[in-house]
Amino acid sequence: MKGKKIKYMKEALAFNLFRLMSLVVIIILFSILLFITVKGISVISWDFLTSMPEEGMTKGGIFPAIIGTLILVTGSILFAFPIGVLSGIYINEYAKDGFFKRFVKLMTNNLAGIPSIVFGLFGMSLFVNTLDFGDSIIAGSLTLGILTLPVVIRTTEEALKSVNNSFRLGSYALGATKLQTIRKVVLPMATPNIITGLILSIGRVSGETAPILFTVAAYFLPKLPSGIFDQVMALPYHLYVISTSGTEIEKSRPMAYGTALVLIAIVLIANLLANALRRYYGKKVKMN
Amino acid sequence: MKKFFKRFSEKLVEGALFLSSSVTTFVVLLIVIFLFKEGLGVINEKTVEEGFVIAVNKNNRVNTISTEQIKNIFDQNITNWESLGGENDSIILFRIDDISNYYSDEQLGDTLQNIPYCISQLIDSIPEIIAFIPEKYTSKEFKGRVINSDIVTVSDFIGGKEWFPTAQPSAQFGILPLILGTLWVSLGAILIALPLGLATAIYLSEIASPKMRNVIKPLVELLSGIPSVVYGFFGLIVIVPMIQNVFGLPVGETGLAGSIVLGIMALPTIITISEDALRTTPREMKEASLALGANRWQTVLKVTIPYSASGITAAAILGIGRAIGETMAVLMVTGNAAVIPGGLLEPVRTIPATIAAELGETAHGGLHYKALFALGCILFIMTMVINLIVEYISSKRKTKVQ
Repeated sequence: MKGKKIKYMKEALAFNLFRLMSLVVIIILFSILLFITVKGISVISWDFLTSMPEEGMTKGGIFPAIIGTLILVTGSILFAFPIGVLSGIYINEYAKDGFFKRFVKLMTNNLAGIPSIVFGLFGMSLFVNTLDFGDSIIAGSLTLGILTLPVVIRTTEEALKSVNNSFRLGSYALGATKLQTIRKVVLPMATPNIITGLILSIGRVSGETAPILFTVAAYFLPKLPSGIFDQVMALPYHLYVISTSGTEIEKSRPMAYGTALVLIAIVLIANLLANALRRYYGKKVKMN
Repeated sequence: MKKFFKRFSEKLVEGALFLSSSVTTFVVLLIVIFLFKEGLGVINEKTVEEGFVIAVNKNNRVNTISTEQIKNIFDQNITNWESLGGENDSIILFRIDDISNYYSDEQLGDTLQNIPYCISQLIDSIPEIIAFIPEKYTSKEFKGRVINSDIVTVSDFIGGKEWFPTAQPSAQFGILPLILGTLWVSLGAILIALPLGLATAIYLSEIASPKMRNVIKPLVELLSGIPSVVYGFFGLIVIVPMIQNVFGLPVGETGLAGSIVLGIMALPTIITISEDALRTTPREMKEASLALGANRWQTVLKVTIPYSASGITAAAILGIGRAIGETMAVLMVTGNAAVIPGGLLEPVRTIPATIAAELGETAHGGLHYKALFALGCILFIMTMVINLIVEYISSKRKTKVQ
């Protein structure tokens, strides 16, 4: 009887410890969000979002940084999405189990595991110096695109994997070719999941700093770019600059809080959008 | 005919898809080529600034002076020739700017045309001199003796204890403090993140109600997407001052701050991956354990955790890998002192932070530039090894599950 009591006491002890530790984790994570939101929300205004930085980046807004990030994200997805989605389709639908598939998957995983600063070095060496693009939107976009590529491939793969094989077999049985099956049956069913994954990857790309440090980001450039060989400012780099090496760090604190909040907001919006899409399409697929 | 077209286009599409799928392999290959092409250039380079030489009096017995010794001489840590194997004389330093201490403007000539002659004579007349002078002044009539400059060897690079790439006259490229700094900070991070992350994963998969889980899981996912620069900013504003106050330090930017920030950043990854691993435990196994009279805690301890151990290991290793490669957050909170860390309460500098902080100031193709690429190679190799270990563990796991 006594042993049984101890047994349950141990359980209660362990479980309560885990509850406590989880609570600590949740509090830590939540307090970061709360801290930035509370400090940043008073800075955010229409003016802050749409005007140029002024007086050594201690006043004004972050408009060029927002536009710069938008351009870089667009550029990188133009590169990464088509290649990534096509690649995912090939790996999941065409490649036969064997050496080639294993090798490509290994390479994709390796690419995903390379630290972002190494992408920065690579981008600088290849795009900026060897191809002589200079610090430019195109160099930065391509570097970011390469960084995103494995994420897009994996997302596509997972989405295609979740399509039940009986649909493919049913389509073949009706006389459709492989390509027709993929286009008319597999892809429509996988599209919602692919799109949600892509939206989440956009959130990620917009916050990457290390790859753009030496390929595109400008310290201070209060005008909009006129072509793809121009430099731009970008939100994450801007936050880094004004919180560590700005001319007057204390004075630019409010700007930094605001910028951090905008970055979090982008990730938050991407997450909410992805969740909403997942739910919407989830219902639709079930109804059919 | 139509059928032929159909077949042809099918093959065409397949070819295009195949090409896309080989892009990643191609890119990895390109990264390796470009990284190592630039990085390997640092090996066997002279450490004395290009176009300059170190010269001594020709009667000086010292034949070779290592890079480290040159730095110590010019920092005046070594002040006597005896410690280098020469006479018992104090060393007299000479940099090109010092010439006006020895010669008047008239002696140097209107257009400074006499400088080479003056330097040559100066070195000849002072036996204890060591001079750091432009190479072009050491022509045929030069009466001093040029010391052959040391080159950067692999062991100097990896085992060297000092990283001072802008030092004059002889740059120091020892990356040991950077490697140790990176490992210190990453290990600290994983020691913080693993217990907390694992506890949360167990809570989420075994204890929490589905409702609770549906609230916490999205929050954790959201936090894994927040940019590292935001975490760094948070660390700079909140954690750095906190450490400074708690430990009464002159500066709060320490290895510990880096570890805490990285630990927080690694939490979402570790929670997600270990929770996935815990959830793969077959229901039958757990039920069998419960049916044998074990309570839920015993089941977790004796069934669920052992079953998912490899997945949890993979999560931990992946967490370390992320921490090693993390750049911005670490750059912002660790203080970036390139010395071998004596403890977590001192400023440290990691490999990625070094690259990020210094690459902007280097000349393209210069020695410093190449050294930073070599650092990139080291980082690449470290993370590659970690990836392969994770890959190996999870492939074993898959065969086990099947």
